[in-house]
Parts: sequence; C-alpha cells; structure tokens
Amino acid sequence: MRDVAIVAFAQTAHSRTSDELSEVEMLMPVLHEVLDRTGLKTADLGFVCSGSSDYLAGRAFSFTMALDGVGAWPPVSESHVEMDGAWALYEAWVKILTGEADTALVYAYGKSSPGELRDVLTRQLDPYYVAPLWPDSVALAALQAQALIDAGATDERALAGVAARSRTDAAANPYAQLSGPAPMGDYVVRPLRRGDCPPVSDGAAAVILAAGDTARALCARPAWIRGLDHRIEAHSLGVRDLTESPSTRLAAERAGAFARPADTAELHAPFTSQEVVLRRALRLDDDVTVNPSGGALTANPVMAAGLIRLGEAAARIHRGESDRALAHATSGPCLQQNLVAVLEGEGHAA
Amino acid sequence: MPEVLTAPLVVEFPFTRSLGPVQSAFLTGLRARTVLGVRASDGRVVVPPTEYDPVTAEEIRELVEVGTTGTVTTWAWNARPRPGQPLGTPFAWALVTLDGADTALLHALDAPGAESVHSGMRVRIRWAEERTGAITDIACFEPYDSEPGRQPTAHSGEFADTDTETNADTDANADAGPVTGIIAPARLDYTYAPGRAQSRYLNALVDRRTVGERCPACRKVYVPPRGACPTCGVATDEQVEAGPNGTVTTFCIVNIKARNLDIEVPYVYAHIALDGADLALHARIGGIPYDQVRMGLRVAPVWTEGARFPDHYRPTGEPDADYDSYKELI
Repeated sequence: MRDVAIVAFAQTAHSRTSDELSEVEMLMPVLHEVLDRTGLKTADLGFVCSGSSDYLAGRAFSFTMALDGVGAWPPVSESHVEMDGAWALYEAWVKILTGEADTALVYAYGKSSPGELRDVLTRQLDPYYVAPLWPDSVALAALQAQALIDAGATDERALAGVAARSRTDAAANPYAQLSGPAPMGDYVVRPLRRGDCPPVSDGAAAVILAAGDTARALCARPAWIRGLDHRIEAHSLGVRDLTESPSTRLAAERAGAFARPADTAELHAPFTSQEVVLRRALRLDDDVTVNPSGGALTANPVMAAGLIRLGEAAARIHRGESDRALAHATSGPCLQQNLVAVLEGEGHAA
Repeated sequence: MPEVLTAPLVVEFPFTRSLGPVQSAFLTGLRARTVLGVRASDGRVVVPPTEYDPVTAEEIRELVEVGTTGTVTTWAWNARPRPGQPLGTPFAWALVTLDGADTALLHALDAPGAESVHSGMRVRIRWAEERTGAITDIACFEPYDSEPGRQPTAHSGEFADTDTETNADTDANADAGPVTGIIAPARLDYTYAPGRAQSRYLNALVDRRTVGERCPACRKVYVPPRGACPTCGVATDEQVEAGPNGTVTTFCIVNIKARNLDIEVPYVYAHIALDGADLALHARIGGIPYDQVRMGLRVAPVWTEGARFPDHYRPTGEPDADYDSYKELI
C-alpha cells in the first residue's frame, strides 16, 4: 500500500457571521494559503475533493460556485461529498492509494449564519418518523447526555470540566471562535447548558495530501496516514445505545488505533457529552492530550469541523508536537457515523 | 466599504414520499390509534418499524401490535419549543419504549416541569384528534401510571375501513383505506447575503450601471461578478463598468409559458455579451419579433420604473456585430 500523508493544513478564523463574504470569498484565502505552504499550483494537483451542504446557507449547488476558488482550468479531476470534509479526505486518500493521483487538495466550508442551524439539521433526519417532529440538534444531543448521566458515565460537573478545558486550550488557537473562561450559562435543552454546546460558526478549512517521496518533498515532517476507516450505525435513535459508540470503536480498530498508544487525539465532539462517549470508545486515558485546539466546542463550522480535526492533528505532527495522533470526525445525530484516522510523524519529535 | 446587502430567502418544499409496506401499516395503524412494530431477525420488536433489519438489512415483514403505554428510556427538557415541534409549551423530548417493543420511539412528553420527568417513568400516548396517517397522529406522550408487561401480538397490518373498536368514532380518521404516502412540508428561513463582489454589482445596478470585475491574472472581465475568476481561482477586485449595450451571442425561443411569469410566448431568451465584458449574461429580448432575433444583434437594456435590474433588452438599431468580435464569448 502507498504511504500517504497530510502535508499542509489551513483554516479560516471562524466567526459567528460572515455576511460580507460569499462562500467562495470565505473559502478562497484558505485554498491559497494551503497551496502556498507546499508551493503547489492548482494545475499540479492530481485530485480535488470537497465537502459541504447546500442546506446550511440555502444556496443550491453552492459547491460549484466554491470550485471557482480552485480555478478549474485546465479542467481538474474533482469530486464533492455532501458530508463533512473528513469524508472528502477519505475519498482523496483512496484515490491516491489506487495510484490515480499523487497529490490531492481537500477542502470544506460551512456558512451556518444565514439559517437557523438547529432547525436546518433536522432535515437530515428520518423523513417519515422523526423529521416531522423537528427535533433540533441540541435536543438530540441532550437525550444522549441524559442517557450518559443515567448510566453514571458522567454528570453535569464533569461536562462543565470538558467545556472549561476546551475553552482554556482554545486560548492558544488563533482560529478558534470562543476561548477563555465563561460561565456554563442556562440550560439550552436540559441537561445541556450553553457551555456544553458548540457555537454557530462560519468557516472553511483545507488540507493537501501527498504520497511517498512527493510528501517528503512538500513537507519537512509529513503526517503519515497509518490507518483511516469510517463506520455508520442505524439511523433510528431508539435502536441505538446512545451511551456507546460502536461505530467509532470499530473504525478505530480497523484504522489500527489500538496497536500503540497515541499521544494526542483530536475528537469531533460538538457537545461536551459526546467527548465522554468518544473517550470510552477510543479507550483514551489521561496521558492522551485531547483536543489541544479547543475542538468543535470552540469553533464548529459544520461540514468543516471534522476535517479541521484531521488538520489540527496533522499540524501538531508537522510542528513536532506529536508523534502519533488520532483524529476523529462525526456526522449525523448523536455520533451516528464516525471516522477515525491514525497519523504519525517519522522520528521522534524534538 | 459599500453596503452589504441582505434579503430574506425562504426555501420551502412539500416533500411527497411513498411508503413501504411496513411504514404504510404503521402509519395506517396510528390513524386507527394502534401501534404496530416489526419483528427483526434477532427477534426484537422494532418500534417505529423499519422495512429492513437495522442490523442485517434483511427485509422484515412480520408485524406485531404493541401497547400504547410505555417507559421513558431517556429524556431532555425543552424549555423553549421551536417552530414545528409537537408542543408549543415547554415539554420533554423522550425516547419511549412502548410495552411489547424492544426499541424506543422519539416524541414529545407533555409534563408539568423538568422535575416531574425521569428515565424509567411510565407514559402513554395522547392521540391527536385529527389523524391523517403520520407520526404526528401521536400528539405527544403524557405521564400515566400503569403496569408494564404487555406482550406483542400478531397483526395482519390491515385495518377495517371503519374503526369497529370505536364505532362511535364518526370522524374521518379511520375510513380512508391504507396510508400509502405522506406529504411532509419543510420550510427553512434564511437571510441571504450575496457577498462582496455581488453586493458591489447589485449596488451599482441601482444607478443603472453594470459593473463587472476583472481578473488580475487573465484580465477577463466577469459580469455579473461572483468574487473569483473560475479559470484562475483568484479574487476579482478591479471594478470595470461594462455595457450598457451588448451583442447577442446565442439565443433560444421559449414556447412554453412558465408558471407565475406574465410574458407572452413565444419569446427569446439570449446570452448577451455586454460591451467590455468577457462573459455573457442572459436576459430576455423584446421589442423585435421573436423570429427576427439573430446572433450578433446589438441590444440595449430596458429599465422599468423603480426596478433594480433591466426588465429586458431591445435592439439598438446598430449594424450587427461581426462574428469574430464575439465568437470567443459564445
């Protein structure tokens, strides 16, 4: 199998609104930045793949407009997933493994500010039995949080600790939307308080993947993808045990996550309670640095927040701050679908 | 910095969805105040029932009737209900395992306050007065003390045209045959913001000026501009006034009247390269019989009072443009 690495990562400074920018205007500086990091031009890329959803901003075929920011001339080999960009990265990784490409640009963007995100996300639910009730994203996460509390897996104080740690860590992340101490606030949907929930964010992110010697030429310390897998569970919430994440566990096993301990884990847990589930599924102990970026609790550009976890984990390897990192992305309500990547740097970090 | 434009945008669809045999039986059952489940390959009773096994994906068809009372497995207190949700007053979201079922159904639980709700509490279905064969035929759950233990019983999935169990029930809920589909209305409200480049373009149109933007790399002028040169992948930032006149580069004749559009057919819709632009925009051609419109025709915009964009384009009377002058813009 070919060795494939994340060799560059860039993201926007995420914000609550970006009225003054169209989606391509928001995305384009990130595309330029990630290309500049490697010296590659669009014409050099073997593959381009993106993740986004038209529902967020209510703009039909917005990904075709976003492609204007890539510069698709001469024509590029391109694909799009109506999913978080982490799944676009998966497609690009497979494309490179087949030998059809040596490099790939993967990007994702989400402008949640034009709509009511909690309502927009109800449209991804089972259209027969669930979507007609309009259960919003916080409500569904709160059902999962209460199940965890009932099971004795966490309590409100422990959840507040996750929120506080995330926001403290985000102080060192210039791209985070929220950082520093803040009160947990009132219940949004009990048992989840304001501080347990992610902010509504507009933002974008991009990474470049490269194979073998190309990766070594483009990056001093590539973040090699040692394993990558994604798994999905039944969509019906009442069929699942919401306190467990067997899809995360299986994806992690297949990605080789349990072969050796990791020093870092970037988890896509938009709600504090979901970090509790993921830590258990990934068997993370207190030696692992979890979400040093602050995670999705401090910036949650939907459709990009999962790709950002892969980018943040890779960037720590690039900087020599990690030797082996797990990166996780999720999709759907209550951690329905999960992707796990194992990333490694060569040689011990300085 | 020019004014950033915004406008309300409503995206609304009535989704018409057909049902499989299991979903059809379940929703027909709700209309008759009966809850059906389906037995999965491992013996579990799945409620609400699915057409396929949630674990093995096998087709499953064995229907059973379960109770209308059940037990809360988890809940969340919703102090501020949102549009479209089952109740307008504070309520609990709850996953409820109905008696005889092995999986839980999501719905609202009408309870006086968060303190009155707990996992393990007993509840029953409160039926909607008007039932149409939809999940909303369950109005919500309500607290109700009763003994669990009911076993699922076999059910054919068929319901009599009149509801014999409640023969006093003279409403139209139970006598319309099996439910074979649902219409699920969905409406999302947005505040649309077109971004910098299009805001500049739209603001200039107020003064009846057409302002495109030039790519700093390939020098092409885009009208209307969208912020990026799709060829070079860089921002367009130099503003260039184009038009007002232009050349028809290609056209079509519209013969079918569009709904909500008060234009007599046939009419011509054309690509028009404004003078100074490197990309054609499209608009209707008027002021000339439809069968006399041709490539190369020179046209000018026609504005109506108070409009923010031209209503259509009409011939200027100039000689037609040379093919070579616009062939790159077709």
